[in-house]
Amino acid sequence: MAQASAQVAVPFLRRVSLRRIFSGRNLTITVVIAIITYMAVIPVGYLVWGTFWNGQSLTLEFFRSAYSTVGLTPMVVNSLIFAAGSTALAVPLGTLLAYLVVRTDLRFKGLMFAASLVPLIIPGILHTVSWIFLASPNIGIYNRLIFDRVPFLPKFDIFSLQGMILVEGLHLTPLIFLLMVAAFRSMDPSLEESALMSGAKLPTIMRRVTLPLVRPALYASILIMAIRALEAFEVPALLGIPSGIWVFTSRIWSALKGFPAEYGQAGAYAMSLLLITSVGVYLHTRMSRRGKRFQTVTGKGFRPHPIQLGRWKVPAQLFLMAYFLIAVTMPVLVLLYVSTQPFYSVPSLESISNSSLENYRYTFDNPQALRALRNSFALGIGSATAVMLVTAVASWIVVRTKARGRWLVDNVATVPLVIPGLVMGVALLFVYLRAPVPIFGTIWILFIAYFTRYMPYGMRYSSASMYQIGGELEESAQICGASWWKTFRKVNLPLLVPGLIAGWIYIVMVSVRELSSSILLYTPGNEVLSVIIWEQWENGQFTELAALGVVMVVALVALVAVAKKLGARVGVKEG
Amino acid sequence: MAETSDLPVGDEPVLAVGDLVKTFTEGKARKGGVVRAVGGVSFAIEQGSMFTLLGPSGCGKTTTLRCIAGLEQPDSGHIAVRGTTFFSSEDRINVQANERGLGMVFQSYAIWPHMNVFQNVAFPLQVADRKQKMSRTEIREKVERVLSVVQLGELVDRQATDLSGGQQQRLALARALVMEPPLLLLDEPLSNLDAKLREEMRFELKDLQRRLGITAIYVTHDQVEALAMSNTVAVMNAGKIEQVGRPRQIYETPSSLFVADFIGTSNFFPGRVTAEEPGDTFLVETSAGTLYANSSAPYSKGDPVTVAVRPEQVAIEKGTFPARAGVWNGQVTNRAFLGESVDHVVAVGGIEIRCRCNPSISIPPGSDVTITFNEREATLLPADG
Repeated sequence: MAQASAQVAVPFLRRVSLRRIFSGRNLTITVVIAIITYMAVIPVGYLVWGTFWNGQSLTLEFFRSAYSTVGLTPMVVNSLIFAAGSTALAVPLGTLLAYLVVRTDLRFKGLMFAASLVPLIIPGILHTVSWIFLASPNIGIYNRLIFDRVPFLPKFDIFSLQGMILVEGLHLTPLIFLLMVAAFRSMDPSLEESALMSGAKLPTIMRRVTLPLVRPALYASILIMAIRALEAFEVPALLGIPSGIWVFTSRIWSALKGFPAEYGQAGAYAMSLLLITSVGVYLHTRMSRRGKRFQTVTGKGFRPHPIQLGRWKVPAQLFLMAYFLIAVTMPVLVLLYVSTQPFYSVPSLESISNSSLENYRYTFDNPQALRALRNSFALGIGSATAVMLVTAVASWIVVRTKARGRWLVDNVATVPLVIPGLVMGVALLFVYLRAPVPIFGTIWILFIAYFTRYMPYGMRYSSASMYQIGGELEESAQICGASWWKTFRKVNLPLLVPGLIAGWIYIVMVSVRELSSSILLYTPGNEVLSVIIWEQWENGQFTELAALGVVMVVALVALVAVAKKLGARVGVKEG
Repeated sequence: MAETSDLPVGDEPVLAVGDLVKTFTEGKARKGGVVRAVGGVSFAIEQGSMFTLLGPSGCGKTTTLRCIAGLEQPDSGHIAVRGTTFFSSEDRINVQANERGLGMVFQSYAIWPHMNVFQNVAFPLQVADRKQKMSRTEIREKVERVLSVVQLGELVDRQATDLSGGQQQRLALARALVMEPPLLLLDEPLSNLDAKLREEMRFELKDLQRRLGITAIYVTHDQVEALAMSNTVAVMNAGKIEQVGRPRQIYETPSSLFVADFIGTSNFFPGRVTAEEPGDTFLVETSAGTLYANSSAPYSKGDPVTVAVRPEQVAIEKGTFPARAGVWNGQVTNRAFLGESVDHVVAVGGIEIRCRCNPSISIPPGSDVTITFNEREATLLPADG
């Protein structure tokens, strides 16, 4: 290995044949690095350029017009309140749920893990629409069936900042839950027990021992949550725009959907948003590095001793069930219910007797919907496969070679993490409306958007599994006389397969539900599912939308199940 | 099973445990996944003594300790410290762990990494409620005193995670001692240290315990640790106490096959009692020959038994002498130099016997030898253990 890379570093000191320079190994490495660099650097570069260049000279006019036309303050304030509010809802809720599930003797913990998958499978737009069915002031089930009937109880208006915070917060709570579960699981329970033995009461232990110990994970959760809320598009668009509550993402959207489209203005908003999320991601990376200091001596294979909740057990159990009902069951049920209705109405005996599968028939007879279904899954599978292949090689470069500047590959591949979906859409518009590459107006621009956006996730999955494979496995294959490409294909890839498949599944899921980039980049004929759902919403086709949403979720679950099954057969079994 | 009779009789024991039972459910209880971790354990600990629960992993020693600590709720039984009942299934009493006021050192030390040395030790004093709450200066004084006792006086402001393994261990001890608990619980406190440090800490801990007159209960699977540190050892197996006694008693006169096997190394000879001699001595016939063995328990002629003899209680001599009871002829099959001693394996009629000798004695394999058992140190045990 070391010898081989030395040859790459100093090619002219030895007589190296041309054949060696253009070997499969070097060629593959070069191509992969070129792809990553192109994908990650070009959009951001063009975005900056297009925002400051008006065709003749450098200018700030787009910023000026962006921030003078709408009034800077209310939008920034709304964005911040929205982000802070949904963080303030999701982080304590997710943390509490994680603590109850990991460290106490509650029952039905499996429910929480099932619930944690929901936001991954149900796209944000469907989740938001469900909440409108549930809590809109006029047609919302909660308002019509509960709030209207109880005297003196005000209506709950989902089209408000509070409503936006509620929906976004609940949608992302499972993410926080999973992060905090990992943190609580890795904590040695005797740290809490020793506080108990010291005579401390449960609240004191929480305040002085448990929470400080998971502080790194808690900070990470807060940052991730705030960034995700700032980037969120579905909730601000569906709930905020009707009531005039603007945030960065909805502004970008409206600047581009006006006539004529204000690319410079959109770029100016996008740049501001990019700046904020970059600072957040930077802080997060720095913190997770510092977090290592907190890792402590842990007992050898400790058995978790769940804390006895005692008289708190019943309230805690009720709380868990209530969360599951409100955040998971009701949104799913309402979607199923609406999908069987001829027109939207609050559930009643009459409406239930009217239910039919007519909307599903409509969906399967609708050529546009079918084409979108095909597009979505082709794009999801295609971009997931491409990302995993490229990042597998990239992570090999980072983890295995001694090449100089290999850390740069990792960093560059991670850059898109800071780019919100809508900003990515704007950036790619900048690139491909001007560059002489004829992909605007085709499905390939969506492929590039998905590839770029999900490259960082692919990189995480690949390098995590690459680190687990000992270098000597590869070295022994080379000693046996295998070429680099053969070694990579026969030794590395099979061992990487479980990790690669996990990453693949994740990317397929997030690609199929992707909306914020697609909504800017699609052209008629190249719609994807989320775009069709969006359009049906704008056309008021609520019941057809619900049916299409259900079909989409079912198809996604089926695909994931098949992939898991196949992956288990292809991959090397552990142990 | 528990033989508390030969413990010194004091006034009131610091800790009294009676008929403690604790079961765990593994998987579904309906499918019979009930594990009896502790099955009726009773013992008492005197003021100022070090009491050790010794046994292999899974024998229930840690569960017993956790029940005393209050971290685990027993199914039934009785636990009292200095006459105060902490747990009683009969009277439905269960004092919470944070109200028992006991000190505990965990296997992983459980040092809080987000606090410095001072904060770690001060925590138990700071969380004390009501009138027991001390002023800042009192707390500082107390913490500094206990830190100097465990020789961490200069490290008061150090971050806890910057301490070495041995220092963290002493910090955990200081934190457990700062409340001046009536009873100190030690859960394998030395098992995370490397061999050299463990030996050092063993003496340090024992010395500290004796100097401060601490009453402690110590859980370990390390027999050397148990023998070196304890006033009393209780050997546990499968949730029950097999034998309680002074370390020397346990080592020299194990009361069961399990204890003899678990503590140190022993040669075991299955056989039958052929005669009863005066002074609790019995003549036993084995497949390799006859020998004398001791037991205070009654046996009669024909009883199936096992004789346990420590390797160092078997003398070895070159050449063949006439065999008789306790003197057998055999052949050396193996020899190992261990530094402080030389081990010989001698084959006698199909049985292999381990003899530990002074390093000056070294007999090459293949030599004919005569082995002689130290008759006072051969222990007679029931055949099935």
